Amino acid sequence: MSDNAESPTETQKEESQPPSDDSTTNDDKKKIDVLLKSVGDTPIMKTKKWAVDRGRTILSLSQFISRFLKLDGSEQLFIYVNQSFAPSPDQEVGILFDCFGSDGKLVLHYCKSQAWG
Amino acid sequence: MADDKDVLRDVWFGRIPTCFILNQDEVTEREAEPYYLLLPRVSYLTLVTDKVRKHFHKVMRTEDAEEMWFEYEGTPLKWHYPIGVLFDLHASNTVLPWSITVHFKNFPDRDLLHCPSNSVIEAHFMSSIKEADVLKHKSQVVNDMQKKDHKQLWMGLQNDKFDQFWAMNRKLMEYPTEEGGFRCIPFRIYQVTFLFSSCV
Repeated sequence: MSDNAESPTETQKEESQPPSDDSTTNDDKKKIDVLLKSVGDTPIMKTKKWAVDRGRTILSLSQFISRFLKLDGSEQLFIYVNQSFAPSPDQEVGILFDCFGSDGKLVLHYCKSQAWG
Repeated sequence: MADDKDVLRDVWFGRIPTCFILNQDEVTEREAEPYYLLLPRVSYLTLVTDKVRKHFHKVMRTEDAEEMWFEYEGTPLKWHYPIGVLFDLHASNTVLPWSITVHFKNFPDRDLLHCPSNSVIEAHFMSSIKEADVLKHKSQVVNDMQKKDHKQLWMGLQNDKFDQFWAMNRKLMEYPTEEGGFRCIPFRIYQVTFLFSSCV
């Protein structure tokens, strides 16, 4: 079990939106709050809280983070829910939010190496 | 649980007679015979098809064979769904044996996850187990297990050993009523869609 290497300071409150590539309407109800936290030596994102379309997949989110962090194409990115399991890339964040969200947001940890097996 | 044992066995030993046929566009050195298997419903396609790969590799040159993938009537089959789910989703009205087309080129990246080794299947399987246990016991049971216990679940599935698997899975399925039972009962709904991801 590796621990979260993030600084204990409060996360940024500013709301940001990852660029949406699809044409669905940006209805607020279709978006959920996702908190992205890095693990270990994986770079942190200055903006941690994002409003994400419910239908967005883990794969698409992971590609977004990789682009944001300017990772090499060869570098893998693992995403974890509840610091315990890695959802399969085709799972949608909306469903994960419904099952595993708390306090109105879904906390996802990302890591360049496997953190929770 | 004892009363359910027959049901658990019947589910575990559910098999689908399947005929694997090589895609006609593959380059072969001689004609490829179809290959027949009884597929376990609870397993994964890429976990139980080593023999299929070897069978077709015999008639192909190594350089013509890339990652193997499967298709049924034009739909690429997602290996990370259990075999029984794939069959019920796409082929429940078919005449048996289920006829699956085998490909060795033009891997459909947009539809399928790559599966370079069994460790990828193991990681996916263990994640599903953990995901379910978050809902059932707040991860408590799966976290209390040792590495070798996780391995036992996986080896049970991989080697089709009912008793080995259930000796461990039993713990994950316990629901002490004095503690109020499962927190939530996990289930997943699979739908046929023609879009892999909503935004690429």
